[in-house]
Amino acid sequence: MLGALTQLLIFQLAGEVVARGLALPVPGPVLGMVFLFVALLLRGGPPAPLQTTGQNLLQHLSLLFVPAGTGIMVHLHRVASEWLPLALSLVISTAATLIVTALVMKLCMRAPTGDAS
Amino acid sequence: MSQDIGQIWVYLSASPLLGLTITLIAYQGAFWIYQRSGANPLANPVLIAVAVLVLFLSLTGTSYETYFAGAQFVHFLLGPATVALAIPLYTQFKRVRSMLLPVLAGLLAGSLTAIVSAVWIARLFGASSATQLSLAPKSVTTPIAMGIAERIGGIPSLTAVLVIVTGILGAVGARFVFDAIKVRDPAIRGFAIGIASHGIGTARAFQVNEQSGAFAALAMGMNGALTALLVPWLVASL
Repeated sequence: MLGALTQLLIFQLAGEVVARGLALPVPGPVLGMVFLFVALLLRGGPPAPLQTTGQNLLQHLSLLFVPAGTGIMVHLHRVASEWLPLALSLVISTAATLIVTALVMKLCMRAPTGDAS
Repeated sequence: MSQDIGQIWVYLSASPLLGLTITLIAYQGAFWIYQRSGANPLANPVLIAVAVLVLFLSLTGTSYETYFAGAQFVHFLLGPATVALAIPLYTQFKRVRSMLLPVLAGLLAGSLTAIVSAVWIARLFGASSATQLSLAPKSVTTPIAMGIAERIGGIPSLTAVLVIVTGILGAVGARFVFDAIKVRDPAIRGFAIGIASHGIGTARAFQVNEQSGAFAALAMGMNGALTALLVPWLVASL
């Protein structure tokens, strides 16, 4: 587990260094994900300890958003003054994004291959 | 005696131990409720844990900075967890490769919808210009969204809050939206939730189905990069 965690941190560090070095608009961890993905392709799959550690981390991915989410308490007053346009914008836009993305994909899956189903 | 309790509180409230411990307790309680509800999206564990923590911190008069001194140890793990998303992505790579056209078309359409609709609706209902700009990158993961907001003249800390709320909205509401429009493919459901509501949506997708989770992770990464490119250019022409 220690080795696997170290490997994840090394990939994150590499992502961070490249993202900052080349001033890319992508955060370091996302670039680290790309690097690890390429490494897995080259290696033909993750070693067992990495597989287990990755699974453990992702199983409780929601936990990791709790500290940032709690930050909402600092901005409650700012949100309160414009709550109506904010609420409508967030709810409608999120629903519209889900619908448009899903329907466009569904449409594209039918079209080119002529899938019989 | 009451003075002793006061002193214990003075010690605890100054130490990172408390922030870390209450984060874990609140989350595990929230996760227990979520499981008891049969993984009902309305009982979203992030939503419940955040509500409990905000209430607790407000009642005890603890500042967010003090809390975060402890909670940052959990927050830090977001980095390695993001890197670890490459593993399910690798496992599902065959399916991803076979869906290259739907994935790219869905990415472009979804990314544009997320940005343009958020800004237009806010403008329609009279939001200030700074608020409109802060909304533009709301569907991508926090560090990217804050960077974009800063570049285009939005308020980065407001964007951070809007990003979290968007994530929770997507995680809570996606199932009802997909059922209403009769989309059942776990790959499509996952990808759309990753586009609309980044990491929090991805976390929910993983709890439902491994394939959904992998597609959500893919969507989150791709949309982060595309939104960073699109927003500055779109905002100039909106």
